Amino acid sequence: MSNIDFYHHQSAHCENGVASNIFKFNGFDLSEPMVFGIGSGLFYIYIPFLKVNQAPAISYRPMPGFIFSRASKQLNVKIKRERFSNVDKSFDALDRNLDNGIASGLQVGVYHLPYFPDEYRFHFNAHNLVVFGKQGNEYLISDPVMETTTTLTRSELEKVRFAKGVFAPKGHMYYPVQFPKEMELESAIINGLKKTCKDMLAPVPFVGANGIKYVAKKIPYWANKVGTKKTNHYLAQIIRMQEEIGTGGGGFRFVFAAFLQEIASIMNRSEWLELSHRMTAIGDDWRDFALKASRICKSRDNDENAYQNISSLMLEISKSEKQFFKDLKKSI
Amino acid sequence: MRKDDIPQDDSKLSDKNMKELCYAVDKNGNYTTGLSTGWEAKSIALDLTIKNLDQQIEEAKNEVLKGQKSPIYYFMIREKMDIGILAGYMSRPKWIIKRHFKPHVFEKLKISTVKKYADIFSVDETKLTKFNE
Repeated sequence: MSNIDFYHHQSAHCENGVASNIFKFNGFDLSEPMVFGIGSGLFYIYIPFLKVNQAPAISYRPMPGFIFSRASKQLNVKIKRERFSNVDKSFDALDRNLDNGIASGLQVGVYHLPYFPDEYRFHFNAHNLVVFGKQGNEYLISDPVMETTTTLTRSELEKVRFAKGVFAPKGHMYYPVQFPKEMELESAIINGLKKTCKDMLAPVPFVGANGIKYVAKKIPYWANKVGTKKTNHYLAQIIRMQEEIGTGGGGFRFVFAAFLQEIASIMNRSEWLELSHRMTAIGDDWRDFALKASRICKSRDNDENAYQNISSLMLEISKSEKQFFKDLKKSI
Repeated sequence: MRKDDIPQDDSKLSDKNMKELCYAVDKNGNYTTGLSTGWEAKSIALDLTIKNLDQQIEEAKNEVLKGQKSPIYYFMIREKMDIGILAGYMSRPKWIIKRHFKPHVFEKLKISTVKKYADIFSVDETKLTKFNE
């Protein structure tokens, strides 16, 4: 049976993790924060007209797949992507890759993953993992958010590869087919930084620092308009998007700070180390916001002041981030 | 966040012995990673979401018992699905699925269709035909 020497490293976020693990497997030692930073993973968007789980959609990351695609493009790594309408063909292709020693990334749905706790199983279809071998009827799986590797039977894997709903994976499999002789890290880092600054300073009301400000102002408005019960449900959704598995804490701010620290030493730029410390402090502010918002969710009688307080916390964050990304932009 | 401050609270992750990776700074201010068993703030948010879901399941059950909705509607809610997801699994358009929520339409469904729904919900088809939740 096919077995590939694949080293599993746990990561905070599945997409960065798969990318980092696949790059490492192919001999390019790129950490999770590096993939995240080069792929411009830091983002913020509020989509008022789209409801997820009966709450307004808020995301701390770009569309699924963007981070990996951008990072690969910046680093001149060619990725082959295949989608399938036929289940058998999708497994033939996977088996063929494994026989050829290619560790392959898969997009999967979370709902049917047997190793996830029930409470975490939602119909979220943009999870990523790597298949690196097959023993009998079992596929060897490296799921980057898990501490160790695991296995899935073919029928289990079939269920998650062909999950239905938004972002239905349709058997989506991806793997690198061409690497450059040497990675041009510096230009990739600069481009990644530029894109992140552009996103976070976008001159539209729902995106980046402006988006954070917009949501901050919405919190007391929600409390008045839709009532505390619904507002608490919205807050719970914000906390989950910001802190749940996959963000590394503080809505990816700590991963980004780790990236800044790493590139400060690679490119010998002490000002980025300074900015890394500032981003860590902003991440701590996000954590503080999550903690205070969760206390509001827990208590039944909150006065208007409680919502006003966390709203001002978030407003402060939006101000700090705006200034932060202006300064980062200048430093590039 | 400092590495010593990575929260180690009880959470639903412990059921499956899962720990999640967090980024934090060590004593010298350098970035490193550490594992977390869970965080109170997140558990509160998740619990609230699950409580809302349980409430919806209860409401759906009552609607079926009152004869306003078919069991398909109840099981869709119970499986955390929406019409779009269920339509995807059934390979049928959304409006047809919606029609199947009507008890009188549901009663006339072909056995094979009921069976397909039952498979998607991972239940025995009698759970749909003899609703007893």
